[in-house]
Amino acid sequence: MADIAFLLLIFFLVTTTMDVDTGIIRRLPPPVEEEIDQKIKERNIMNVLVNKNDRLLVNGLPGSVESLKDVAKNFMMPHYPDNPNYPEVELKNINLLGDIYTSKGVISLKNDRGTSYDMYIRVQNELARAFNELRDELSRERFGVKFSQLTDEDRVKAINEAIPVRISEAEPESIGGQ
Amino acid sequence: MSKFKTKKGKGSPAINTSSLPDIIFMLLFFFMVTTVMREVTLKVKMKLPTATEVQKLEKKSLVSYIYIGPPTNAAMYGTESRIQLNDQFARVNEIPEFIASEREARNEADRPLLTTSLKVHNETKMGVVTDVKQELRKAGSFRINYSTLKGIAK
Repeated sequence: MADIAFLLLIFFLVTTTMDVDTGIIRRLPPPVEEEIDQKIKERNIMNVLVNKNDRLLVNGLPGSVESLKDVAKNFMMPHYPDNPNYPEVELKNINLLGDIYTSKGVISLKNDRGTSYDMYIRVQNELARAFNELRDELSRERFGVKFSQLTDEDRVKAINEAIPVRISEAEPESIGGQ
Repeated sequence: MSKFKTKKGKGSPAINTSSLPDIIFMLLFFFMVTTVMREVTLKVKMKLPTATEVQKLEKKSLVSYIYIGPPTNAAMYGTESRIQLNDQFARVNEIPEFIASEREARNEADRPLLTTSLKVHNETKMGVVTDVKQELRKAGSFRINYSTLKGIAK
C-alpha cells in the first residue's frame, strides 16, 4: 500500500508547479471610432517616449529608467499653491479623506514597434512604482499604514480616487520599423 | 545480584513504521489537490521579464492566456516572435475569435471580469504586442495583465 502511495506521491511531486501568476495589471482604453482631439493642457502632460533602440525621451529630453520614477513622482504629486511648472490641481471632496488636492496630470507613454518588451515592462514598472509610492505616502499620512496593507475597501477606494493611475498610451505609430 | 540492569550496548529500538502509509497518503492528497496540470504545450520560448510592482492574479479560472515569443522549433518556424493561442500558432486577426470563445466558456456573470494575461518573451519587439493589444481593444477585452516575474529588474 505504502509503495503505491509513494509512487503516486512522487508523480505528483514532480508534476506540481506552484507558480503564482503575477504581473502588471492594466486597463486598455476602449477603441476610438474617429480621432477626437482631446484637449489637454501642455502642462498636464508628461511625455515618455521609448524608441526602437530602447532609449528614453522624457519631456523632450533624454532620460534614463533609473531616474524615471522620481521624475514621474515629482510630476504627479499635487503641487499647491498652483505652480505653472507642474500640472493643475483640483480640490476634490473624497469620502474619508475630506477636501484634498488632486493632480490633473497625465503620463503619456509612447513606444515604437521596435522597442523591446523588456524595456517596455521596465518603463511600466517604474511608472507604477511612482504611483505606488505616492499612494503609500498618502496612505501613511492619513491611515498610518502602507497602501498595500490597507484592508478597508473604502479606504482603498479613497486613495485610488485621490491618486488615480493615469497612464495614457498613445495610438500606435510605426516610425522606426520593426 | 542486581535487580536493575543497566541497558548497555543494546542500541536504539526500530522506529514504528505502521503509521507511515497514513503520512504518505496525507502528503499525496495534499499534492493531488494543489496540482494544476498544465493545459497547453508551449510552442514558443518563454522568458518573462522581471518587475517589482507586481500584483497577484486573482481567480485563475477567469484568466485567458496569450503567449508571444520566438518559436522553440526555430528550424521550422524561424526566430521571429509568434503568437500562440491554445495549442497552436495564430495570427493577430484570430484573436477576436479566441476571446469570443473564451467568453463563451465562462458563465454570464463572470464574463466582464475576464482578464487576458499576456505572457511575452522579454526579447520580443513591441510591434507584435501592440498589434495584439489593438485587437484586444477591438474585441472589447480591456482588462489585461503583463505577466512578469517578481524580482529586481536587471
